[in-house]
Amino acid sequence: MSDLHIVSQFQRELDAIKAKIIKMGGLVEASIVGASASLYNRDAELAEQVRAADAAIDVLEQQINDEAARVIALRSPNAEDLRLLLTVIKVSGNLERIADYSKNIAKRTRVLLELRSIEGSPAALRRMAREVELMLGDALNAYVQQDQALALAVIERDEAVDQIYNTLFREFLTFMMEDPRNITACMHLHFIAKNIERMGDHVTSIAEQVVFYASGEKPTDERTKADITSSDATLSGMNPTRSIGAE
Amino acid sequence: MEDGKMVEPQKVDAPVRPDIDLAKLPNATIGDIYVENPRMTARQVRVNYGDKTAIEDVSLDIGGSEVISFIGPSGCGKSTFLRCLNRMNDTIKTCKVSGDIRLNGGDIYAPDVDVVPLRARVGMVFQKPNPFPKSIFDNVAYGPKIHGLADNTGHLKQIVQEALERAGLWSEVHNRLDDPGTGLSGGQQQRLCIARAIAVSPEIILMDEPCSALDPIATARIEQLIHELSSEYSIVIVTHSLQQAARVSKRTAYFHLGRLVEVGLTDKLFMKPQHEMTNNYITGRFG
Amino acid sequence: MIDTPKGLVSPTTATERVAASMAKRKKSERNFQLLGRSAIAVALTFLVVLFFSIFSKGLPGFFQYYVEIEVEIDREKLDPTGDLSLQSLYDGDARGVIRSALYAAVDAEGRKNKRAAGKLISAGAEQRLRELVYDDPSLMDTTQTLRFALDDDVDSFLRGFIKRETPEKDRRISDKMVEYIDRLQSDGKIVYAFSDYLIFGSASRNPEMAGIYGAFIGSILTLSVCLVLAFPIGVATAIYLEEIAPKNRITEIIEININNLAAVPSVVFGILGLAVFIGIFGMPRSIPLIGGVVLALMTLPTIIISSRAAIRAVPPSVREAALGVGASQVQTIFHHVIPLAMPGMLTGTIIGMAQALGETAPLLMIGMVAFIVDVPGGVTDPGTVLPVQIFMWADFAERMFVQKTSAAIIVLLAFLITMNAAAIIVRKKLERRW
Repeated sequence: MSDLHIVSQFQRELDAIKAKIIKMGGLVEASIVGASASLYNRDAELAEQVRAADAAIDVLEQQINDEAARVIALRSPNAEDLRLLLTVIKVSGNLERIADYSKNIAKRTRVLLELRSIEGSPAALRRMAREVELMLGDALNAYVQQDQALALAVIERDEAVDQIYNTLFREFLTFMMEDPRNITACMHLHFIAKNIERMGDHVTSIAEQVVFYASGEKPTDERTKADITSSDATLSGMNPTRSIGAE
Repeated sequence: MEDGKMVEPQKVDAPVRPDIDLAKLPNATIGDIYVENPRMTARQVRVNYGDKTAIEDVSLDIGGSEVISFIGPSGCGKSTFLRCLNRMNDTIKTCKVSGDIRLNGGDIYAPDVDVVPLRARVGMVFQKPNPFPKSIFDNVAYGPKIHGLADNTGHLKQIVQEALERAGLWSEVHNRLDDPGTGLSGGQQQRLCIARAIAVSPEIILMDEPCSALDPIATARIEQLIHELSSEYSIVIVTHSLQQAARVSKRTAYFHLGRLVEVGLTDKLFMKPQHEMTNNYITGRFG
Repeated sequence: MIDTPKGLVSPTTATERVAASMAKRKKSERNFQLLGRSAIAVALTFLVVLFFSIFSKGLPGFFQYYVEIEVEIDREKLDPTGDLSLQSLYDGDARGVIRSALYAAVDAEGRKNKRAAGKLISAGAEQRLRELVYDDPSLMDTTQTLRFALDDDVDSFLRGFIKRETPEKDRRISDKMVEYIDRLQSDGKIVYAFSDYLIFGSASRNPEMAGIYGAFIGSILTLSVCLVLAFPIGVATAIYLEEIAPKNRITEIIEININNLAAVPSVVFGILGLAVFIGIFGMPRSIPLIGGVVLALMTLPTIIISSRAAIRAVPPSVREAALGVGASQVQTIFHHVIPLAMPGMLTGTIIGMAQALGETAPLLMIGMVAFIVDVPGGVTDPGTVLPVQIFMWADFAERMFVQKTSAAIIVLLAFLITMNAAAIIVRKKLERRW
């Protein structure tokens, strides 16, 4: 930033908040990476580490909220400073939810390790998590640099994540129908997939905040929600009126 | 907050660097200069003190029943422009005003215009409360008396009472109208000055930093008063306090180095100013 | 060599050094106070000495010696034509009536003795008798104990300035007169009383009859003319220069000239008056009108300068408030600026007046040093003023004039103090907070 606040203390306060959000973002990215790896590599210890690391992320969210509130109260910020503080509260909330999903994945991973493994899905899940992790990195960069174009691109990429989820949904249904002994594992895997899909939505929300921060306007286009599982009854490929097992 | 004065937490005298700032000024004012059915219009106004230009090419409309605030760093010309609107700059010998300023369509700088009735239609409230060293009654009655607004003594008393009521001062002074005006507190004195301006039934009230000498409570009462008065009068307020401009005005005009940089609805301007200089000023950055 | 520190010193060092410098600073402070106090003491001493000498010399001037004798107010002698007209009274022999009473009081026999007795009484006694009878004709043909002023030589003798021990040929009072004086004194007929002559008498070559009344009225008339001319013109000029005149070369020149006029010696104004009013216009000398005009010219710069200062002291916020509410420039000046500037203007005026009251030189130039017996009735009657009267009396040889001069000075001072007190009262009344 070429222009600095005349009151340097104010400038430092804003910079500190930005630093915290970057730090939080880093921790959340690490959490995603860890959760995904623990699932793919069947690493119980890593899963436990991921679960434990969530506490620090919650603390950061609280700190960011408190400091943002303090700066709003004391500095009467206007224009871009106000937009920064309003969005940083939402973004930290989004990050905290993403981390919670990540922790949930790690917990389910521990359970899954005691169940039979399912072929194929861990790879897909790893791809999905990787995509979300990259999206999150870009969204945070866009936030710090007020890069609207990058943010809009991130929003578009969520569609791909949703598609992976749709595919996994059908896959799990198939596995469960094939062999009822798979049901427990598939249920957990499904929840994991859903968590990652939700993470993607939260990253999109962060990207929307970036647009507001940079331009003062909310993004006008509706997010293309490609997740059709909640609306399409034919996703299983089976006729819903036909009874199960009557193939 | 320091006692006695409202302190703007982020605003310190921004060092105006004319060489850098001049380059960044926009070619034309950004935002909505014009309004429908304006009460006062200004076009290409230019003010010189001797050979120094204080205001250059400012055009602006003042609408009816609106509150518009002028903001900008020290020396940006906002007070000078304000004083053009009721020709108070006439009292300064070296001041030359050019351009077209109209009140309800009539050019106020036309050679045959008498400033005396103009100043009854465009009233003014000053930075430091300056009641006459007379009684409270005489303070408010002076204007109507010299302009011959009252039919008789009873009517004059009614005018005084109504003006004091509108200024929110009647309940505090109705039983001591003969006390000297200078014996009131700062906030009361300023309300007395507002009553004095109202007593001659103006269309527009100009206020030059009316709250800068007042404590926060008195300031809040005046701001409330401005809100109540805005339904009947147009109010133009010059202020150093960004927060006051944000609280009080519907439109805000940002002046810098004698130019009008940006004009717009206050909520838009404070959330997303369009020009970089406006942004720097209202967020408190070096320009 | 001690290393001198560059730039700001630390607070601890500063505290030390400040403490160290205190001794010296307190000492110079004490010296200064001492100087001031001793100056005040010297001034007060001088003041006390001055007042003491004035009052000790002057107070006796308010009193003089009278003699109370039984007078047969003989109508035929006093009023020969019997109609109590002034002409008749002047034709009558008031002096004779008084002399008879006097001879009887001291048992004077023989022409020489009678002459001595006659010298005891003031020459103005007969006029006093005439006035008495004129005012109250019922006194005719009665015998009254009347009080008459003693001659100034007798008065000086009674005060001790003419000494008994001086040989007769060197004394202004003969031995016979001394004998008669002693006789009257032992009879209790000599009275030391408040001198009505001083206050109500006019100029006279006879010290016992001399008074300041004429000069007092003359001063009042002259000052009135001065005030009536100087105040409006001075105030109006100040208003014009401060509020209305454009700031250009001409105005500057006018201002410089006015300031210079304030320093011009007052005699010059007298010469101006002499040359212009008396020389060119041919107006009579020694009249309060001319005196007033000359004094007005002299006082104008003072009034203008102090009025301008008073107007300038009015804060511009009051003007702005008035203009902002729609007052015209004239209304602003008269409704707001002048009332606020009035205390200062009045103070300046009264100071100017007080100065004018004591002016002698310019009035001498226009001839107000003439010996005027009658009290001036109007501004075109010849008259004189108090300071000039004092100046003239100081010249006269008679001993009694010394007292009267000092007494007149006291009267003049009282006049001045009253005017200044009036200034303070007026200013206090008109002071408004703004």
